[in-house]
Amino acid sequence: MTRIDATFAELKAAGKKAFVSYVMAGDPDYETSLELVKGLPAAGVDIIELGLPFTDPMADGPTIQLAGQRALDAGMTLAKTLELATEFRKEDDTTPIVLMGYYNPIYNRGVENFLSDAKAAGIDGLIVVDLPPEEDEELCIPAQKAGLNFIRLATPTTDDKRLPTVLQNTSGFVYYVSVTGITGAAEAQAGDVGPEVARIKSATDLPVIVGFGINTPEKAQNIASISDGAVVGSAIVSQVASGKPLPEVLEFVRALADGAHSA
Amino acid sequence: MADDLFNSFMNGPDEQGRFGIFGGRFVSETLMPLILSLEEEYNKAKDDPSFWAEMDSLWKHYVGRPSPLYHAERLSAHLGGAKVYMKRDELNHTGAHKVNNVLGQILLARRMGKTRIIAETGAGQHGVATATVCAKFGLKCVVYMGAHDVKRQAPNVFRMRLLGAEVIPVTSGRGTLKDAMNDALRDWVTNVRDTFYCIGTAAGPHPYPALVRDFQSIIGKEVRWQLAEQEGEGRLPDTVIAAIGGGSNAIGLFHPFLDDSSVKIIGVEAGGKGVDDRMQHCASLTGGRPGVLHGNRTYLLQDEDGQIQEGFSISAGLDYPGIGPEHSWLHETGRAEYVSITDKEALEAFQLCCAMEGIIPALEPSHALAHVMKIAPELPNDHIIVMNMCGRGDKDVFTVARHLGFDMSDTEEGRNLED
Repeated sequence: MTRIDATFAELKAAGKKAFVSYVMAGDPDYETSLELVKGLPAAGVDIIELGLPFTDPMADGPTIQLAGQRALDAGMTLAKTLELATEFRKEDDTTPIVLMGYYNPIYNRGVENFLSDAKAAGIDGLIVVDLPPEEDEELCIPAQKAGLNFIRLATPTTDDKRLPTVLQNTSGFVYYVSVTGITGAAEAQAGDVGPEVARIKSATDLPVIVGFGINTPEKAQNIASISDGAVVGSAIVSQVASGKPLPEVLEFVRALADGAHSA
Repeated sequence: MADDLFNSFMNGPDEQGRFGIFGGRFVSETLMPLILSLEEEYNKAKDDPSFWAEMDSLWKHYVGRPSPLYHAERLSAHLGGAKVYMKRDELNHTGAHKVNNVLGQILLARRMGKTRIIAETGAGQHGVATATVCAKFGLKCVVYMGAHDVKRQAPNVFRMRLLGAEVIPVTSGRGTLKDAMNDALRDWVTNVRDTFYCIGTAAGPHPYPALVRDFQSIIGKEVRWQLAEQEGEGRLPDTVIAAIGGGSNAIGLFHPFLDDSSVKIIGVEAGGKGVDDRMQHCASLTGGRPGVLHGNRTYLLQDEDGQIQEGFSISAGLDYPGIGPEHSWLHETGRAEYVSITDKEALEAFQLCCAMEGIIPALEPSHALAHVMKIAPELPNDHIIVMNMCGRGDKDVFTVARHLGFDMSDTEEGRNLED
């Protein structure tokens, strides 16, 4: 049982929906992002998605592209991202961390080395955008063997025929991408998303979390009410980009978390 | 290289879309169902004589194929060694080899009922070819082009607009081909239901590297019978040479000869200012290592952390930090040799070709020609080299003028091109 499984078990027992937040590791610099990540659990975040910066984030909109660029410009690397997780784990041994990014930095490190480093750093799960089920041998299966959850994205184009393939080697939770598009772009409508979440839930026992296009506490509440929880990324990253002091960013996160938790 | 590898080089990719460890389908889930249906559609089309009949007719009447195989007599005599032939794909409609592939992909898009076509472009040749074929078939066309390339290839930008395409300058990254491809992929993810992504090179997720290769292979297939016609039945080239950015013109020339062990195959990468640790080049095979980008595993220019590096080349069409996966495999198996040519060497070849043959080549094939100039003098007179003249140089005359110190700033186009 990973920290992710334990967190969902607890939320379920308390009758609560999950609030998942995404922040880019190293944005705008290592120290600031470490402080931000440390503040997330107290602001109501149940699961932290930690963005691994990459030069060519093909599924991300401008907000997260620029965040990755800021992080890279400030010297962020895969090794430092894991170091940040290690630092966080010194004070918090329960909040799950999901590393989210693209395959090349991981492939470049070497899958075996990466998995043992990630495990040692206290990473609980991986979301690797450019690894569909067709490439499961690359990282998904080795990661599960190493005791990490491999969380898959399901999308509006994942039809019934394909859904079992997508769910097959997924663990931890399913991340439903509510729109066909890049992060931070279109708006998710709870009315459209509800039936899709129900469709996925009928095919798996895993929690289904919804992300993409959620940027206010009201939307977080709406989406959480028809799923097992909501993910907010670009809206939080925008706050960091605008140079807001951390307490204000965390206040915004708190409002989003309250929204999701009130569902 | 083991002899038993011959007779198998033309078999790739496997069912996973791999050439050895290279290739694959490294895309987000949103795109995966579409890529699978494209593969299905392509497999059907491949075995459908009516598909190829339509291609042949368009190639003949719209593109002007077969393109000539031309014995460059003065150049050969000047170099004093091998007999040099040029495969004149620069004479195709739209001025480059790109249209060979675009026609195939647009016919597939029509079969799939897609109404909106997107493309990335570097030098603008693929963008122009896509805009052209979309105009012919009445399809909406959106072309992503790096902002830096929009500037250095202004004539092609105007051509695309005349042809009715929307050209979107891409400012992310350094504004070159890699960034254009990122934004094209982002568009595709967003508009996946009605949009077909017409990829311009033999790269990207499976089945693109295979289908682009198959459409471009018309180049090598023609060379086979054209050379036999001119040099006698059964005569194969001794060396085939082509320039490589992503590598579509090269794989098109190479592929029909992969299993002919007597044919030496040479790919020429863009060496920019020199292949060294300053990284001012685009030689992915000579200066990179395997990684995953834009849907495939292949050789990439990248730093220690696996972050992709920007390439550098005078030629916008070669300015890409990756290479088609089949080339990575041909490199690792040793079937093909890959070399690099600097900007300076390419400019010299460009001028020599103009002066000796009355052909203004694009900067991309000027790289291939520069390597011909290096090796031809040392080879015997009966050694036949076929180089792919994959594009014409009209689009490059302003760039070349600037590099040669020729002042064109008092012309209308010159004023718009200052950077």
